[in-house]
Amino acid sequence: MRRENVDVLIIGGGAAGLAAAIEAKKFGVKTLLLERDRSTGGVLNQCIHNGFGLHVFKAELTGPEFMEKLWEELGNLDEVIRNNYTVLKIDPEKKEVITLSEEGIVVFKPKALIMATGARERPLNSLRIPGSRVAGVFTAGVAQKMVNIYNRLPGNRVLIVGSGDIGLIMARRLKIEGMDVVGVVEIMPEPGGLIRNVVQCLDDFNIPLWLSHTVFKIHGKERLEGVTIGKVDENFKPIPGTERFLEVDTLVASVGLIPQNELIEDFVEMDAINRGPVVDDLMRTSVEWIFAAGNNVAIHDLVDFVYEEGKIAGENAAKYVLGEKLPEVKYRFERGDNVGVLLPQKFTGSQPFKMYVRSRKSLEKSAISFSGRTIRKFNWKIRPSEMIDLVVKNFEGLPKEILVEVNQID
Amino acid sequence: MKVFVIGAGITGSLITRELSKYDLEVHVIEKAPDIGWGVTKANSAIVHGGYDDPPESVRAKFAAPGNEMYDKLSKELEFDFLRTGSYVIAFKREDVEYLKKLKERGMKNGVTNLEILTAKELKEKEPNLNEEIIAALWCPTAGITEPWEVSIAAIENAQENGAIVHLGEKVTDIIVQNQRVKKILTDKGEYDADIVINAAGLFADEIAKMAGIGDFEIFPRKGEYILLDEKLKGLVNAVIFPTPTKKSKGILVVPTVDGGILLGPNAVDLPKDQKENLETTRDGLNEVYEKSRKLVPKIDLSYTVKTFAGLRPETKDKDFIIGATKVWGFINVAGIRSPGLTAAPAIAKYIAEKVLSEDLGLNLSKKLDFNPYRRKIPHLNDSNLKEWEELVKKDPSFGRTVCFCNNVSEGEILEAIRRGARTLDGVKFRTRASFGRCQGGFCSLKILEIISRELSIPLEEIKQNYENSWIIKGKVRP
Repeated sequence: MRRENVDVLIIGGGAAGLAAAIEAKKFGVKTLLLERDRSTGGVLNQCIHNGFGLHVFKAELTGPEFMEKLWEELGNLDEVIRNNYTVLKIDPEKKEVITLSEEGIVVFKPKALIMATGARERPLNSLRIPGSRVAGVFTAGVAQKMVNIYNRLPGNRVLIVGSGDIGLIMARRLKIEGMDVVGVVEIMPEPGGLIRNVVQCLDDFNIPLWLSHTVFKIHGKERLEGVTIGKVDENFKPIPGTERFLEVDTLVASVGLIPQNELIEDFVEMDAINRGPVVDDLMRTSVEWIFAAGNNVAIHDLVDFVYEEGKIAGENAAKYVLGEKLPEVKYRFERGDNVGVLLPQKFTGSQPFKMYVRSRKSLEKSAISFSGRTIRKFNWKIRPSEMIDLVVKNFEGLPKEILVEVNQID
Repeated sequence: MKVFVIGAGITGSLITRELSKYDLEVHVIEKAPDIGWGVTKANSAIVHGGYDDPPESVRAKFAAPGNEMYDKLSKELEFDFLRTGSYVIAFKREDVEYLKKLKERGMKNGVTNLEILTAKELKEKEPNLNEEIIAALWCPTAGITEPWEVSIAAIENAQENGAIVHLGEKVTDIIVQNQRVKKILTDKGEYDADIVINAAGLFADEIAKMAGIGDFEIFPRKGEYILLDEKLKGLVNAVIFPTPTKKSKGILVVPTVDGGILLGPNAVDLPKDQKENLETTRDGLNEVYEKSRKLVPKIDLSYTVKTFAGLRPETKDKDFIIGATKVWGFINVAGIRSPGLTAAPAIAKYIAEKVLSEDLGLNLSKKLDFNPYRRKIPHLNDSNLKEWEELVKKDPSFGRTVCFCNNVSEGEILEAIRRGARTLDGVKFRTRASFGRCQGGFCSLKILEIISRELSIPLEEIKQNYENSWIIKGKVRP
């Protein structure tokens, strides 16, 4: 078993991990990024549509273009990136990261660790939909990879389940490539993805979106032969009499993303709602030497935000390694009315920082408040599917425990 | 002497392996494209203690002896087997009376180590059970395994010892002359046969009819299951049964060998023509949830990995039908419902030593060079890291992870293909790749790619499991 010492070790080579590497390297510390796949970039590789980079590069890039920008920024990739390294275990006491690769077992001993392990798709199997278990049921990400990387089509006639962004993107993609896209069912009364994707991917291609609808039953013997869909009530219970049979041979599911934290969740303080580690504005977790950034912290809407977070984590991990005294946490957010995803959960008050909040319901006109003090008003409709981002820079008079609320205003 | 076993489920597989110990030409014919894809694939995966079968039943004759054979068998065939023990729990006074009856019945069946525990004793060992439980029957010898793996292991070992395996081949008729088995006809050919062993699971009645034996029928009884994530490892440490009903052992909470938690099954009797109905239902899954939650209130369905249904081959008498028939050479091993997995090794031995040797009077001689050992496909989670590193040094493909949820390497997938996997399910049941929490999201395309490369077949031709379970339609553009 080979051992290797390193200053900053990053696990995961998606947008967050690459951004963290770029930033950490700037400080001259020995930086290494472990990627379990054949190459870095994560899901960007298969996202050949555009719309990436508007915030950070002021350009509308495709996924691979965005990725190449990061590679350029990083410079000599071979020096920093180790592809095909799977992390088996993190030992929090010994501060060791145990990996498997063609090299065998390598134990890394980093001074700081950045978790950038991203998210995985929730499989349709986990939703307990009644009926058969048949071939022809894919997650949107798998269908996307099949079409964009493998140059293969999954079937002839498809129903998209769930209106998350990848689901919407895939509805359009499969339609363009000649599949019969019968529609999109969404169990919630509102779309799960960005409104711009509903317009550009469904409306522009005459693909119906059935809200408050779900799959009641999966039919077929070996390959999918059809589904029964129908309407659900406000408790998501099927409404009898609303059933309708759709003959499809393919289901593509976009029913949620799950932050991946299996490596750290047993010893790092976790946030049950974000399903990620509790972090501060420097992207530190509850364990001093472990930082985290990206979709493993909470599911973000835009890769730009993930990239920014990665940079913060990279900078502060490097400073930590260099022995710089990082500011201490002074404030903590508590969730109040209508607050779902929220990050960071605590902050130092040493510098302005961006915070992200998801409202639990849609509100026509609303305001976000800190312990009763209105911080920002929204004159447009806010939705659970669109994360609110705001820069917090004025800390004067804030209590140590800040109650965050999102409320309807007149 | 030519022996044909029909069906490569758990019983057929273990019989094939048992007979491969002797100087016989042994064939096994399975209509599915792979081993253990029928009843064997979807059940509670429990090696029962053997205490609860009626003492006069055929089931009782094989259950406890079968259980005892699992230690040696699991070592020879290298499959996972854990003696977790089991509890039957009691909520009411009359349930406790029933536990006493079960204990007595166990004594009659030769299961002598049963113990009735108080609620306090139970809580020390299983802290997550319902607080209202007042007592439990503890059976230390019950265990868990992976039935499909037992089947695959047995067939691999039988092959090693000369057995001939026919997969994806369906028996269409059995020719009987002068009340003696003569030939087997299949959709692929015909074979002279001296002995036919009918281990055809749900279809054993139809096979028997081909030989002119129509004295029993098999009814499908469906059971639905919910599998929960291995994050819940330790929620229960042993198999948890409710007090049984007349119909079945009830809905259980079972740890799986890889750390998950299995809930189920319910029991729904289906008409005879629904032997392929593997649909789950809303009501069924709700029943599984409600009843399992009564045993373990902490059960949280947000940890669901998947749901599935299995069928049990039930007979009128709810008992096994095992033995010779009026047609010389035609032997039934039918109605192997619960505790079939438990009983199977003992049934296999009985077929060789009693039915063939005594009832049919065959003078079987044992092969001198029988090799009882089958090596499993190596797996990282079972080995220590140093051993695994040595393996990687010899073959770097064991250092390339394909399935991240279960840490399955490319080397394991290549080995599964070498051993006969031709489909995604073939790989999955041999390696656990795509069995985990992401359900193949990260690895299924990579596995397709590896199968395609290794067998030189286009991606489009690789199936999930059966002939019509295609995965990819074709190229987006040439």
